[in-house]
Amino acid sequence: MIKESLPDRLLKSLFYLTIGLFSVYCLLPFWSVVASSFASEASILKNGYTFWPKDFSLDAYKMIFSDNTIYRAYGVTTFVTVAGTVISMILTSALAYALSVKSVKYRNHIAFYVYFTMLFHGGLVATYLLISKYLDMKDTIWVLIIPSLLSAWNMFLLRNFFASIDDSIAESAKIDGANDVYILFRIILPISLPALATIGLFYALSYWNKWFDAVLYINDKDLYPLQYLIQRIMNNLDYINQISADVSIPNFIPPAMTVRLATTVVTIGPIVLLYPFLQKYFVKGLMVGAVKG
Amino acid sequence: MSATPAGYAEQAYSPSKKRSAIGAFIFELLKNKFLYLLALPGMIWFFVFAYLPMGGIIIAFQDFKAMQGIAGSEFVGLKNFRFFFRSNDWIQIVTNTLFLNVLFIVFNTLAAVAIAVMVTELGGKWFKKLTQSVMIFPHFLSWTVVAMFVMAFVATDGGFINQILSAFGIPPVQFLSSPEYWPFILVLLKIWHGAGFASIVYMATISGINPDIYESASIDGASRFQKIRFITLPLLKPTVILLLILAVGGIFNGDFGMIYAIIGRNPPLYPTTDVIDTYLFRAMMDLGDMSMSAAIGFMQSLIGFLLVLSVNAIAKKLAPESAIF
Repeated sequence: MIKESLPDRLLKSLFYLTIGLFSVYCLLPFWSVVASSFASEASILKNGYTFWPKDFSLDAYKMIFSDNTIYRAYGVTTFVTVAGTVISMILTSALAYALSVKSVKYRNHIAFYVYFTMLFHGGLVATYLLISKYLDMKDTIWVLIIPSLLSAWNMFLLRNFFASIDDSIAESAKIDGANDVYILFRIILPISLPALATIGLFYALSYWNKWFDAVLYINDKDLYPLQYLIQRIMNNLDYINQISADVSIPNFIPPAMTVRLATTVVTIGPIVLLYPFLQKYFVKGLMVGAVKG
Repeated sequence: MSATPAGYAEQAYSPSKKRSAIGAFIFELLKNKFLYLLALPGMIWFFVFAYLPMGGIIIAFQDFKAMQGIAGSEFVGLKNFRFFFRSNDWIQIVTNTLFLNVLFIVFNTLAAVAIAVMVTELGGKWFKKLTQSVMIFPHFLSWTVVAMFVMAFVATDGGFINQILSAFGIPPVQFLSSPEYWPFILVLLKIWHGAGFASIVYMATISGINPDIYESASIDGASRFQKIRFITLPLLKPTVILLLILAVGGIFNGDFGMIYAIIGRNPPLYPTTDVIDTYLFRAMMDLGDMSMSAAIGFMQSLIGFLLVLSVNAIAKKLAPESAIF
């Protein structure tokens, strides 16, 4: 082991400092919103946002959970995320597997058919008209799922992974009389779990964070996903007036600020809780994609 | 190529070598029928949700009326394009789109490379793990959530920046009506949201570098800085170029999700933040002008397409290992 010189150690310390500061920068906005959401409305109005709630209060959370809007939004988002991810994974792995088998003569044609959609697209207007006018999917929960079922990017990531699996595994199953569908679901997918976890997480996150499709296609309040609810309450007071309608205190001022913050915290809660478990798959999957890419 | 035993068997039984092209096509479909069946649902999806909208580009050349639909609307040639270029809006939104995207690409790449280089040099295991987790975390949050965070900082009453300013006796800044600050704020947010995540790819590349190179450099007395400057950065170059190519291909696509969630419908900020995508969205939703919106979208797609092709052609000449196809 060579002993490090002074400039080397100084540079290393500088790196520690920079990375440490950048991490604080990444955490700060998140921390401030969580802290402020636990402050009382009065103290936020008086002192502004805070990094440490001086006047601790759970009022905003109590109000959110006393109204069923948040539960509905949670239900919508959970359903969209779970159903969407499952269907996406089935379609993606079926297509990716077919394109990874070398005996499929037209696999490169199909791959180009998919790849072209990454280069050129019909644009927002045509997609909007197709979905709202011709497919008539407005104000259904499926509009949050079906138009985003497949991502060409994820499909190619998975195809590259399948292509790296030894051909002889599928071949020997074929000799034993298994068909390709059986081989995919019973042999290939079980040995591809790390890659599936990564791609599944990419899909799950995109469903969980979906809001723009709701802007375009959802008017029905019962079908608002969580992220769209956040967007709504930031821009108007409907939700806050609605949940404070039951309060029968004279001169009651709806806690508009803290309710917004608390709703934000409630929305990101599951991501924060699951994050430590999910993170390694993202890193691993991206590493695989990068090395192979 | 018929590597499977089943394939050989079927070929041996086929009577003639001179099958017609159609016969060969059907033969291939039958031979791999299960695989083509597996591919079919995905292919149908891409047809409906990616190729049908491409056909919808026709709207850009029509005077589209919702009642008449695409089949019944009247063709008007390039009128929609002329209409868009007649107003002076396009100069502002195209400039904003390009300016913001160049800022995003440059600063995000610099930050991501810097993070990757620095993190790989760090020794402590727990520090490395913890900071990496924290730096990637913002990427998991949707822009609508981020918009809430932004308010906590820029709000005129009670926002952190104005709290600090007032502590020094400086009058509050009205961020929500001052467009000049926003390119800077948006760049900071972009780095916050994406640099940690983007650095993973660069870290993967660095971890793929042969450690012997560093070792022999150390034996020759190279300092830490020299190793970064003359080994790590040059070997990162192909990855950086590849990702820049991908980014340049999308330079005419404004980050709609980010800008619409954060700026929303706040006209005072449009001079620096309104991009092609947000303008198009308003033209479609507020004015109901499907045809002009389609015309804008078509130009955007076409330019993006041509850009990817040309940037890739250039990359093939200069750095073949970075070309995409």
